[in-house]
Amino acid sequence: MAGRKRTSTAPEAAPAGPDPAERSIEPAVAIETRELRKQFGRVVALADLTMTVRRGEVFGFLGPNGAGKTTAVKLLLGLAKPTAGGGTVLGASLGDVRARTRIGYLPELFRYQGWMTAREVLALHCELAGLPRSSWAKEIDEALALVGLVERADTKVQGFSKGMQQRLGLGVALLGEPELVVLDEPTSALDPVGRQEVREIIGSLRARGSTVFLNSHLLTEVERVCDRVAIIDRGRVLTELSVAELLRENGVRIRVSGLAAPVRIAGRFGRARLDGEWLAVDAVEDARVPALVAELVEAGGAVHAVVPRRDSLEDRFLSLLGADPGSSSAVDR
Amino acid sequence: MISARSVGIIARLTLAEAVRRRLLWALVGLTLLIVALTWWGFSRITEASPITGPMEMLAVSQILVMLAFMFSFVLAMTAVFAASPAIGPEIESGLLLAVLARPIRRGEVLLGRWLGLAVILVAYALVAGYLELGAVWLATGYLPSDPLWAPPYLAAESLMLLTLALTLSTRIVSVAGGAIAVVGYGLVWMAGILGGAGEALNNDMLRWAGTIARLILPSDVLWRGVAWALTPSPDVLESTVANPALYQFSPFSGSQLSPGWLAWCLVWVAGTLAIGAWLLRRREL
Repeated sequence: MAGRKRTSTAPEAAPAGPDPAERSIEPAVAIETRELRKQFGRVVALADLTMTVRRGEVFGFLGPNGAGKTTAVKLLLGLAKPTAGGGTVLGASLGDVRARTRIGYLPELFRYQGWMTAREVLALHCELAGLPRSSWAKEIDEALALVGLVERADTKVQGFSKGMQQRLGLGVALLGEPELVVLDEPTSALDPVGRQEVREIIGSLRARGSTVFLNSHLLTEVERVCDRVAIIDRGRVLTELSVAELLRENGVRIRVSGLAAPVRIAGRFGRARLDGEWLAVDAVEDARVPALVAELVEAGGAVHAVVPRRDSLEDRFLSLLGADPGSSSAVDR
Repeated sequence: MISARSVGIIARLTLAEAVRRRLLWALVGLTLLIVALTWWGFSRITEASPITGPMEMLAVSQILVMLAFMFSFVLAMTAVFAASPAIGPEIESGLLLAVLARPIRRGEVLLGRWLGLAVILVAYALVAGYLELGAVWLATGYLPSDPLWAPPYLAAESLMLLTLALTLSTRIVSVAGGAIAVVGYGLVWMAGILGGAGEALNNDMLRWAGTIARLILPSDVLWRGVAWALTPSPDVLESTVANPALYQFSPFSGSQLSPGWLAWCLVWVAGTLAIGAWLLRRREL
């Protein structure tokens, strides 16, 4: 965000920070849950959540509205008590007050003391987090710069727009360089520029070795910044997967005519099948596509179009949820 | 284990909010206005009827007790309106989520809130109370039997309402919680009058009704202490009131606060706050 002081990396960049194992002598696991369950009366908000988030990774927690994402976050932070199951956060049991000194949190429902200025809110959280008073000025200035609120530092929060309040909340979450940053829908009130800036901030957090738990239903956002994702629905984890592996699942669609057995030729390059007048080839490396086209032409085929195809997180998400991509309203892109 | 540091942070935050939101300044302005009006009013009264004997003294004391009752009401309402939105609505609005995700216990938030609001109420009660007594003394020369204790009892009474409203605010929406606290305050005051009637009529049922109500919410015990501290000395009372027992019917009559009741007030505040902390700890955020 404007006037940023910390170094940031492009969100798409590979993890470039210190090895988490070198950075801390703590276990390599930031979050671990075992059959974590939350029920409100007869309503199951979260059903037997078992997952592991490694230190230093950006972990996306995905799901449609009402899937149980925020409930899971509250359980991790000790803001709610599990009905069953348990887990650890930064090596401490769920709800351990001391572990919260090392956690930064931006709630989905963010609201800060309207009668205070942005600088005062940040000072309050420096104090609550137990940061040494001598470090407050530096921490506050850095947070204000990082989230682009330097100009409004001494404005009362009640005069802030929702987007500005969310920026302030992000600044609050980043105070004291926490080992774990939990962001619950961090861009819900931001414009596209603000979203891009948040992606960059998450990139910089990854670069310095912080673990980021990103709770979101914005699939493109998650796809761009996360190392791994868990997809949940109706309180259950449907899958956990690596974004890099997902994006390696490339493919190409070729409109070709004049060939009797195009699938046999394309089958040497990847998983091939006919889809109407299109030849669909999955799991083919980008670099081999020209050779594939050359072979089809050499065999006498007329190639009319070549369209690269990537299996996106959205495709996987919708297929897991069994939704028609054209009709889904549960997710935003 | 409660951390004094965490409680202090929330207490200072509460105080700063009261100052910033001009609650404190509204109370200061109101106090100065009332003290000035009191001085002016009592000056006019004594000009017309100079205090020459116990009857006039009793009359002045009763007007003073009535004024103290108004202060007691203002303090009780201030306590309720300041405490009712202090926990629950802040959870619902999300304001407390970011705070409670820090290394702070819920009980510390509750205690910090209580302490911050208590400082405001006690400071207001003491300053306003002593100023008021000073204004009456300047205007009439009247000093009640125990002038030093009336303002602290007033302050303590407001703390009962603060404690009740704050505890209710951990679970009940602010309007409902505030209404319950106000109704409780009124009912206990009325039960106190009934208890006094029980004493006068030697009616055990009425006496017990008053006692039980005061055990549930001991604000009336403290109010009676305020009234007692503001009335003339017992010999003046005996020389002017034909039947001191019947005097207990008066809503403005007082009775000395026993150490037992004082101890119960302390236990009640501590116990109610402990219940509040327990309720808040069990609340789903």
